[in-house]
Amino acid sequence: MAVKDRMSGNEAVAFAIRQINPDVMPAFPITPSTEIPQMVSTYIANGEIDTEFIPVESEHSAMSAAIGSEAAGARTLTATSSAGLAYMWEELLLAASNRMPVALALVNRALSGPININCDHSDGMGARDTGWIQIYAENNQEVYDNFIQAYPIAEDPQVHLPIMICQDGFITSHAVENIELLEDGDVKEFVGEYEPEEFLLNPGKPIAVGPYSVTNYAMEAKKNQADALKRSKEVILKVAEEFEKISGRKYGLFEEYRTEDADYIMLIMGSAAGTAKQAVDDLREQGKKAGVIKLRVFRPFPADELAEALKGAKAVAVMDRTESYNGNGGPLGSEVTAGLYRKKIMVETVNYIYGLGGRDFTVQEVYDIFGELEDFIENGKAPEQFQYIGLRK
Amino acid sequence: MSNGFEIRWHGRGGQGAKTAALLLADAAFKTGKYVQGFPEYGPERMGAPITAYNRISDQPIRVHSNIYTPDLVAVVDETLLHSVDVTDGLKEDGAVIVNSPKSPEEIRPMLKGYKGKVYTVDARKISVEALGKYFPNSPMLAAAVAVSGIMEHDAFISEMRNSYQHKFAKKPEVIDGNMLALQLTYDALKDVV
Amino acid sequence: MRTDISRINEQTPHQELTEGLMVFAGGTSKYFETGEWRTRTPILNHDLCRQCMVCSMVCPDSCIPLKDGERVEFDYKHCKGCGICAKACPFDAIEMKEGR
Repeated sequence: MAVKDRMSGNEAVAFAIRQINPDVMPAFPITPSTEIPQMVSTYIANGEIDTEFIPVESEHSAMSAAIGSEAAGARTLTATSSAGLAYMWEELLLAASNRMPVALALVNRALSGPININCDHSDGMGARDTGWIQIYAENNQEVYDNFIQAYPIAEDPQVHLPIMICQDGFITSHAVENIELLEDGDVKEFVGEYEPEEFLLNPGKPIAVGPYSVTNYAMEAKKNQADALKRSKEVILKVAEEFEKISGRKYGLFEEYRTEDADYIMLIMGSAAGTAKQAVDDLREQGKKAGVIKLRVFRPFPADELAEALKGAKAVAVMDRTESYNGNGGPLGSEVTAGLYRKKIMVETVNYIYGLGGRDFTVQEVYDIFGELEDFIENGKAPEQFQYIGLRK
Repeated sequence: MSNGFEIRWHGRGGQGAKTAALLLADAAFKTGKYVQGFPEYGPERMGAPITAYNRISDQPIRVHSNIYTPDLVAVVDETLLHSVDVTDGLKEDGAVIVNSPKSPEEIRPMLKGYKGKVYTVDARKISVEALGKYFPNSPMLAAAVAVSGIMEHDAFISEMRNSYQHKFAKKPEVIDGNMLALQLTYDALKDVV
Repeated sequence: MRTDISRINEQTPHQELTEGLMVFAGGTSKYFETGEWRTRTPILNHDLCRQCMVCSMVCPDSCIPLKDGERVEFDYKHCKGCGICAKACPFDAIEMKEGR
């Protein structure tokens, strides 16, 4: 039976960790994810879980310890944000290439500089090509649900890859909202015991992890890793189906909100998707055919599925909460248009940059963006690409 | 567009404006509402102006932006009136509550022409009387509930006792004082609300 | 998932490699006969050797085994001919000869 409660996004992740009771958590605190290791430490101190907490001296060490512990055969997780994730960079790639199903609670915060503690997606997007699965959440409920699905996805024999469960720093991590929690027993049963086939601390069955690869092996290893990431898409959907049975909540690669007959669609990730949905409801009342697609799974990127979902639209606003400094728009903008082109689906797209360094994103701004799309199609007035929303000019 | 009842809190770091917002969300949740309680974070330090927000609704709340046109504004520190435009965007049929020993008539000229309702609560006097110390957030919380009417008095009081018992599990001696502060605030406002 | 790594070589297609290139066995360096790389070979002069065992300790490839308190013959299957033993020997009992 579901338990109705209210808590912040960080509390929700810590609560999920308590219910999962993983084996090892090496972590180094950084705003705005600090509360997660803090709360987990409290659960441990109170004897509610027997997770081994390793207070490491840096995030580089946190991810190194996570790889070591996972290789040893222990279900492992860590939490971080911003510069902490950047400092893990080298180890992130190793976790993925060593095929370690580590879970990471990422509380999205801007990468410096200018130095800033607030939300944008530059940390997660910076790590988008490290080989990790990345799942983004709109609110505390979704980050809780995603975290419970993390290990069944990552540990699936078809996958064996690390997974990042992301939520927006402060906006959801520190906001108290209603939530429906699952019973401890249901979570335990859903996530199951960790039974790796091969691990270091396995007497009589020695293995070596992360060996040097000469040229003759490197490309083959990378191909296998890339195939596993591709396969994870099916596993993510299968786990979501199982999760629906215990929670009643439905998850896919992305959520389509009022898009079935939509002329104009906003494609967006994270907490701002809720704001966009509210605006779409208001616009629908005025007879405007607007819809939202909220991307949940950024890695593996569902390029074909998104292209299919967007093909009926006249124009799409692709919303990036990060600046890529490439002169060619944000990561979501680039990847979704590549997918559309390959499928020869030629809908108009406008790539917007919003919410950098915690800049608020409002319902009014969503109205304005839909207004621009309409003006584009109705009157041929092409909006500026890669424009910053809410920029003082 | 309906995001429910929206409250904006203005305080100074360390005065408990964020805690008040979270406690209000707590109490409203327990009376069956959908809630949001969130601070606007920056590099806050003791004494720096801070903002916190509540949305309270009968429907699920999806908007994740700050509040620009609140139904109610609670000012936890009167000195903020000199530096912060606290009634910015506040609905004309809304209200502002200021923690001050002054009367609403004395405060109104400092509110940049705001025409809606103005209430004052002497949170210092109430807090010192009830708790022996100055913690303005319990009186301000009670004032926000009394003025907004988002919860019935009895339901609010009983939920707050539960919240305080949880929050102050290690300092039970302050529970009764905080409960008294809530009641004294209600009493002080009963003729004007 | 456990694969017989002796069946993996530089011609193995990617589908048959192990996950993350994990090696599912211990002591696998034995199978790699680095002695093939040797261009100079250490030769022990038994008359000069005092069994001090310094050579065994300094050998980077563990190619000077010990048995019953004495060093025994070089492991030429793995000795790369680096010559460290010959440099370290206090009694000039090891000589490096050209070739294998």
